Amino acid sequence: MRREPPQRLADYGPLFFPAGMLTLFFVVPFATMIAVSFFQRQQGGFYTPDFVFDNYARFLSLFFGKVLGFSLFLAIAVAIACVVLGIPFTYLLARSKRRIQVIWLVALLCILSLSEVMIGFAWSTLFSRTAGLTNLLVWLGLVSQPQALTPSFGAVMTAMTYQAFPYTVLVIYPALVRLDPTLTEAARTLGASPIKAFFTVVVPALRNTILATLIMVFIFALGSYLLPQLLGRPQHWTLSVLITDQAVYQSNMPFAAAMAVFLVLVSLALVGLALYAGRQKEAK
Amino acid sequence: MSDLFNGKISRRTVLGAGLAGASMLAMPAVLRAQDKSLKVGVYGGYFKDSFEKNIFAEFTKATGIAVESVAEPTGEAWLVQLEQAARAGAAPADVSMMSQVAMLKGQSTDLWAPLDMAKIPNSKNLIERFVNKYPDGRVAGIGAVSWYITLVSNTDVFKEAPTSWADMWAEDKADKLGLLALVSNSFLLEVTAKTFMGGTNALDTDEGIVKALEKLAELKPNVRLWYRDEAQFEQALKSGEIPMGQYYHDVTGLAAADGNPVRSTFPKEGGIQDSGCWAISRASKKTEEAHTFINYMCQPEVQAVLSRKVGTSPTVQRSLLDLTDEEFAAVSSEIEPIIPRYDLYQTKSDFLNQKWTEMIAG
Repeated sequence: MRREPPQRLADYGPLFFPAGMLTLFFVVPFATMIAVSFFQRQQGGFYTPDFVFDNYARFLSLFFGKVLGFSLFLAIAVAIACVVLGIPFTYLLARSKRRIQVIWLVALLCILSLSEVMIGFAWSTLFSRTAGLTNLLVWLGLVSQPQALTPSFGAVMTAMTYQAFPYTVLVIYPALVRLDPTLTEAARTLGASPIKAFFTVVVPALRNTILATLIMVFIFALGSYLLPQLLGRPQHWTLSVLITDQAVYQSNMPFAAAMAVFLVLVSLALVGLALYAGRQKEAK
Repeated sequence: MSDLFNGKISRRTVLGAGLAGASMLAMPAVLRAQDKSLKVGVYGGYFKDSFEKNIFAEFTKATGIAVESVAEPTGEAWLVQLEQAARAGAAPADVSMMSQVAMLKGQSTDLWAPLDMAKIPNSKNLIERFVNKYPDGRVAGIGAVSWYITLVSNTDVFKEAPTSWADMWAEDKADKLGLLALVSNSFLLEVTAKTFMGGTNALDTDEGIVKALEKLAELKPNVRLWYRDEAQFEQALKSGEIPMGQYYHDVTGLAAADGNPVRSTFPKEGGIQDSGCWAISRASKKTEEAHTFINYMCQPEVQAVLSRKVGTSPTVQRSLLDLTDEEFAAVSSEIEPIIPRYDLYQTKSDFLNQKWTEMIAG
């Protein structure tokens, strides 16, 4: 089939619906948020339309800088953990029998049906002192008494990685299935060990997929606000938690909007940087 | 425009408030199709179930007005939604139960329709401080119920009941406490001021507030959980995972009655008394029915039913109630309560919120 560039206005027809939806559900709300971020906060009330920079000024402090830094760090850590776990897992999955693949993929899709609330409560039970996993270790005689593993950074990381893992596998899986098996066979014939072949052939061949996965999980993890609350200590609360506090509990929409705009800008900048770095490397 | 923005927030709320939020979308359920109806907002979950079972059905029987109950999330999320809706001329609920801080914030935008006291003759039964007034004297809301936040503990872990809020600072409580995460719903500044600084008047100045926050910061190593979600703490308290903390006296009493190893103690400095008001959104077109409802709720008999069935403390005078001493003691205490400094959450809310967040998350 030959593809022709659109000639008439009607040829653009199929684009109108998605463009309309994008405008209605993304551009308009986001523009509203930007507008609200410049509004004047009425303490003890709501807000009045205005054009002030107070909300941004309040954000520029060491405290919020640290919270933003932690949020970015957490999102990057989750993205890396997902990719590090996801690639070997998907690699093995793609080479196993069809039946086993189906069972695993269905199980992973099931995780997607769980809400963040359920995942959070399930992990907080698994990590608890009274009913958690450490009781198993006590039963096995490995430790002397059960311990609480939550709240902690590890608990937050575990739950967030768990939540993002299915997406990671679903993005990497098609690329790995399509990967030509003769490539690794050639490497093996030339004397590379399976592990060496994996790192020198499979991983470089997947570079773009890996970058895309990292970015997707990073964005996904950046918006998380329930798991850090349920499983972390206050120092593990992300910027999203503080945005929720301002919007929902303090009815300070302008400040919440300013923080959200800032978060979006910083994450866009980081994604842009990652894409740029990826392209530079490809150009070499 | 602002509605779209609000839609985004309410999605967050749904996630955050969990079940309460989910049922909010599924609601309102129309109890009975009748000519006269009224949408009433009450806190979702246990509270709403209890109101539907014990109060609303009787009200419909007595007045012929059908009640659609709307589950509202706790905190100020509902206030934000009511305000946004009122700007668009809509009222998600005609009458809502609102906290004191939310009442004051709503006053600043004239969100509450002024009540006509002539249509609420039963309001004479109320204790004076449960009538919420605009600065110019118009009545913004009428006390619905009041409740206590007390010092709760797990009886398996702590055989002896605590006696004072100061017990929370003790060294043997390291990593054992569950406290509310927000300055405006935990009222821990007032608790600290009453316990260590001679009274809540110590919070009049910024220096006093900072001093109270410093004292509270000493508590941080003892706090395992700063909770926004009540279910999270309640579960941990029952299992002994987090054996002490601040929680609602009514719900703790019900949990104990169900056989859970928990107790609620009024510390010698007093429990924290908070209350909810009935208030009418200015966008409501059912003010007539709403007044009838509020008047109905101010009857001593209805307040007594609330105390017995829901476990809340009455807002009408004790002498008018037929509650026995035992029934009254179960929902209240003779110890002078700690009354939150609601004024501060209006005049200094951003200062308090900023210092508080820095204190716990810093």
